[in-house]
Amino acid sequence: MTRIFIPRDAAALAVGADRVAARLAQEAAARGLDLTIVRTGSRGLHWLEPLVEVETPSGRVAYGPVTPADVVPLLGAGILDGDTSESDNHPLFLGPTEEIPFLKNQTRLTFARCGVIDPLSLDDYRAHGGLAGLTKAVAMTPAAIVEAVTLSGLRGRGGAGFPTGIKWKTVLDCPDARKYIVCNADEGDSGTFADRMIMEGDPFVVIEGMAIAGLATGATKGFVYIRSEYPHAIDTMTRAVGIARRAGMLGTSVLGQGSSFDIEIRTGAGAYVCGEETALLNSLEGKRGVVRAKPPLPAHKGLFGQPTVINNVISLASVPVILDKGPEHYRDFGMGRSRGTIPIQIAGNARHTGLYEVAFGLTLGEIVDTVAGGTATGRPVKAVQVGGPLGAYFPRALFDTPFDYEAFAAAGGLIGHAGITVFDDTADMLKQARFAMEFCAVESCGKCTPCRIGSTRGVEVVDRIGRGIEPEKNLALLTDLCNTMKFGSLCALGGFTPYPVMSAVTHFPDDFVAAPVVEAAE
Amino acid sequence: MDRHLVSSDIATSVAEIISDLKHLEGPLLPILHAVQDTFGHIPNEAVPMIALGLNLSRAEVHGVVTFYHDYRSHPAGRHVLKLCRAEACQAMGGDRLGDRAKRRLGIDFHQTSADGSVTLEPVFCLGLCSTAPAAMLDGAVHGRLDAHGLDTLLAEVGA
Ligand SMILES: Cc1cc2nc3c(=O)[nH]c(=O)nc-3n(C[C@H](O)[C@H](O)[C@H](O)COP(=O)(O)O)c2cc1C
Ligand code: SF4
Ligand code: FES
Repeated sequence: MTRIFIPRDAAALAVGADRVAARLAQEAAARGLDLTIVRTGSRGLHWLEPLVEVETPSGRVAYGPVTPADVVPLLGAGILDGDTSESDNHPLFLGPTEEIPFLKNQTRLTFARCGVIDPLSLDDYRAHGGLAGLTKAVAMTPAAIVEAVTLSGLRGRGGAGFPTGIKWKTVLDCPDARKYIVCNADEGDSGTFADRMIMEGDPFVVIEGMAIAGLATGATKGFVYIRSEYPHAIDTMTRAVGIARRAGMLGTSVLGQGSSFDIEIRTGAGAYVCGEETALLNSLEGKRGVVRAKPPLPAHKGLFGQPTVINNVISLASVPVILDKGPEHYRDFGMGRSRGTIPIQIAGNARHTGLYEVAFGLTLGEIVDTVAGGTATGRPVKAVQVGGPLGAYFPRALFDTPFDYEAFAAAGGLIGHAGITVFDDTADMLKQARFAMEFCAVESCGKCTPCRIGSTRGVEVVDRIGRGIEPEKNLALLTDLCNTMKFGSLCALGGFTPYPVMSAVTHFPDDFVAAPVVEAAE
Repeated sequence: MDRHLVSSDIATSVAEIISDLKHLEGPLLPILHAVQDTFGHIPNEAVPMIALGLNLSRAEVHGVVTFYHDYRSHPAGRHVLKLCRAEACQAMGGDRLGDRAKRRLGIDFHQTSADGSVTLEPVFCLGLCSTAPAAMLDGAVHGRLDAHGLDTLLAEVGA
């Protein structure tokens, strides 16, 4: 029997993975072929999706991007032969999956199993190192778990980069009987999909991370707040929680060791600002997703007024490997105060799009030119936006910036959730600046005037610049407006929208010079 | 007559949804999601019932319904096409695709085609930024869309 692996990750489904699987199943039945189709998460080589892998005695071999029409020719080329002596002639042959440079050059700690296993098989999960972290954690004191996470140097992957261990310690130190773990799976940042991929491709690692957080802080209840735009992730996570509960990984006695922890999955309702932690808590409580003033910190008074750890999906999913392999192992990757690995998401107009997990420290240029291979269109790269809709646009002149929280801040940008969106030279940066303001206006929670009103004014001012109306005056006005938003906003939606706007103005000034207005001849 | 019947049907299902989900911690959003899943929108008469059931004011429930982009006060068309308008899709021609959809349907975003077949909605990222431009049609995902792909989707829904 030959096993064939086809992803069911949403990115693979979006380009026809289900149709390929159905065609293959149909052909196998018609020919009486002895094969099993295993649906996995994605390996993250998204430009090659749908990526089909065939198990051979010497490991998995990849073909892609496969369309339904390729199925018969691939079978004809002998992909089931057990060796690749014939099939390596097929144009879609990519060789042993793990030898593909894009994958081979990664350091997969958090995403080690993603794309490899059946996401909903707890046996697969265990066989590939799953539950090793939680098994260690149940035998440790809460303080020792927190200490390990602190030592690892893990910082929040949701954007702010706050040390996870310190957050956990604050909650552990609260005497309250009722505490919560909230997993922030709102992933609203454009250009990012790491949370989605891990929830669809290895949901048990998120559950394991949350259970460890519960043991570490004394919280017995967890919520995963998933954006409604992710129906596949919601489905996979919901089923995984059910499986974990039945297997005793969750429930009144986690792994039979007496501590109680359970998880509920909740769905967002289409509001970008609900990714902000306090707005998310309001939303979970059934309120409008309005940002709360801090203090109090969620760690002191969070969900329903109780001490709450709120962490991004990737922060939590990185904890099991830290406990399993030891904090030093994790900490020894990276640079400066950015320790461990970061799943970089390459999006937009790139030749090699997908997820690239690697130690901090690659330069932006290495990522864009070498890893991503430049643009998909083959035109020159004009700009890359790093860190989602609130992130700065970087020109080639700043490509020597290393991927590190502090270095990006120093370069006038942010890493955010580590999404990189590539634009070719046809991009109009005035249009991008306008969009940033428009997005802020659409998604503002309405609490602060600079964010709510300033963003709408911002759109108008950019439009005037675009039409060549008093350009100098309006550019000065835009700069002023950005300053007001930056300093007069409660959260980063209003506060960071100036990043994409002002980086576009600063690095691409030519795009803000309007073409001379041609007066209609009378 | 019909209206009355429909109204009491709504009341029965909403009451069931409330009693099923009321025990949750923070039950309002799950209840609103269930109501919308059942009716395709949040019917007016559901709001006072939910308010009563959860011991909230109507204004509070109304405030929540209007805050979130997902909740509709009116039914959508028979199909809902969400086109991603965010940056990674822009970088791959998403704006042109949006213009084409609007032109072919004769509507703007947030509107429903005259024959009621499709509601066109903007979405800010579907997490498919690596297979851009992306769209979601009735919950099914589509990536690397070009003009031809979009036309095929529109043809599928009879628009
Ligand atoms: C407007 C806005 C949107 C945000 N969206 C997200 C999000 O989608 N996912 C996320 O994990 N963090 C998001 N954050 C950051 C959270 O507020 C918070 O820092 C994070 O959940 C903490 O978890 P971490 O320490 O593990 O990163 C957002 C912040 C702001 C201001
Ligand atoms: S900056 Fe904008 S989104 Fe953030 S709290 Fe203020 S109004 Fe709300
Ligand atoms: S930006 Fe369009 S799917 Fe993410």
